[in-house]
Amino acid sequence: MSEREVLELLRENARYSTADIARMTDLEEDEVAAVIDDLEAAGVVRGYQAVVDWDELETERVRAEVELNVRLDRETGYDDIAERLARFPEVKALRLVSGDYDFDMEVEGDSIREVSQFISEQVAPVPEITQTVTHYVMTSYKEHGIEFGDGEDDDRLSFSP
Amino acid sequence: MPIELSDRVQTVPPSGIRRFFEIAEERDDVISLGVGEPDFATPWAARDAAIASLEAGKTSYTANRGKRELREKISDYVADRFELGYDPAEEIIATAGASEAVDLAFRALVDPGDTVAIAQPSYISYEPGVIFAGGEVLSVPTREADEFKLTAEGLEVAGAADADLLVLCYPNNPTGAIMSEAELEPIAEFAREHDLTVLSDEIYAELTYDGEHTSIATLEGMRERTIVFNGFSKAHAMTGLRLGYALGPSAAINAMNKIHQYTMLSAPTTAQHAAIAALDSCANDVVEMVDQYDRRRQFVLSRFREIGLDVFEAEGAFYCFPEVPEGWTAEEFAEDVLREQGVAVVPGDVFGAGGEGHLRVSYATGLGDLRKALNRIEAFVDEHV
Repeated sequence: MSEREVLELLRENARYSTADIARMTDLEEDEVAAVIDDLEAAGVVRGYQAVVDWDELETERVRAEVELNVRLDRETGYDDIAERLARFPEVKALRLVSGDYDFDMEVEGDSIREVSQFISEQVAPVPEITQTVTHYVMTSYKEHGIEFGDGEDDDRLSFSP
Repeated sequence: MPIELSDRVQTVPPSGIRRFFEIAEERDDVISLGVGEPDFATPWAARDAAIASLEAGKTSYTANRGKRELREKISDYVADRFELGYDPAEEIIATAGASEAVDLAFRALVDPGDTVAIAQPSYISYEPGVIFAGGEVLSVPTREADEFKLTAEGLEVAGAADADLLVLCYPNNPTGAIMSEAELEPIAEFAREHDLTVLSDEIYAELTYDGEHTSIATLEGMRERTIVFNGFSKAHAMTGLRLGYALGPSAAINAMNKIHQYTMLSAPTTAQHAAIAALDSCANDVVEMVDQYDRRRQFVLSRFREIGLDVFEAEGAFYCFPEVPEGWTAEEFAEDVLREQGVAVVPGDVFGAGGEGHLRVSYATGLGDLRKALNRIEAFVDEHV
């Protein structure tokens, strides 16, 4: 149970210190550290990253959602294709999905040209891939559960009974 | 010639926190832990129902006691959550916030000269409410040694045996204290023995951590002498919508309704629609908010202990009630920590007898701000204590 609780808190904010998590739960700080170690060792927690709103930065960042259709044969399964694609650093996320296409792939680069080139030169030529449909991200409203709006002001009175 | 004000109004002093507003205005980086309302927005389903009702033009008065559908749902809800059984036709009234319900009860039950015992520290409106109704207030202080729970001994010592009514509020604002069934039993016995009517403000009932809320009205022989107040402000984060309710024996609720129909007519219609949706489909939102409050509660209590301020284990509402360091009054501490560190807390004295030497700290604020605010309080204590 403490695993779930710690996981929930880390997912809320991975920068909560072990001390803060201990304060919010019934665990001691060293117990929290041990739970996190276990979660990492077991491969449940795979990493910690910042959620970035690129629109707030000067530097351009181009992202695309790419739909991929593939054709399988006796020697090649989904996992083989996925493994090959996942190796590219440009690929930020790769998921096998149900529906009209097979893979849902997120790609990131510094320019539209770079991302387009990556898809046409590295992804499309993969023999099992039969079709790619690229959607460039225009605006992001929410990532990893965090809304990118201006936020709602707290309009409560500073004192109330 | 100036307009002459009634004695009744002039007797009641202005609110003790007004001065703090002005100090808070002087800084633009104030983090307020002085807020007595949720930081969450009303669950979307409730807001959506309110909007839909407006779009459909449902903006007329409702039945004086509130929409029948709402009262039926309240009846089911309190039965399900708190084992309270009340008839929607005769024993439930929807009001403009629980505050209106409390005021109606005072006006319906208090005759001039009647004594109303109030367990304190507690919500600041009870005392003025009694005075406006022409009654006399008897303060019944609770003590930190008892974790701010009301005791039969405390009632005895304060002279509450001769009172006509007893007001209590658990889970408590401002202390965060709760009372279990076993702790309520002697209070119920005292009320039965001395024939006291009990007004039980249970607006924070859902915000009970580690265990279930018990209403004093569920104890033997108490239903017929108790009026229970609850509402949607706290658990459903609907403060500004103004919707509360009272539950009680039909004679009392009918009397309250008589005043209500001449003064308020009916509780806000839009809010009633929101409340129906809140009871229909927001139970999970409440659970989610309660979980958040509970984490913050544990965080804040831990931090106060680390900082070195005594604080008892508050188990309800969204307040904790730490003690100020020796040599300080609550008012001095609250004023200086606001001026120097920009953290707003409310001195406990504001809430009546037993509150002196304590601070009401609300954790109805996001964890990021709570963390900053407690770091500032720590810096303040390190510097001055």
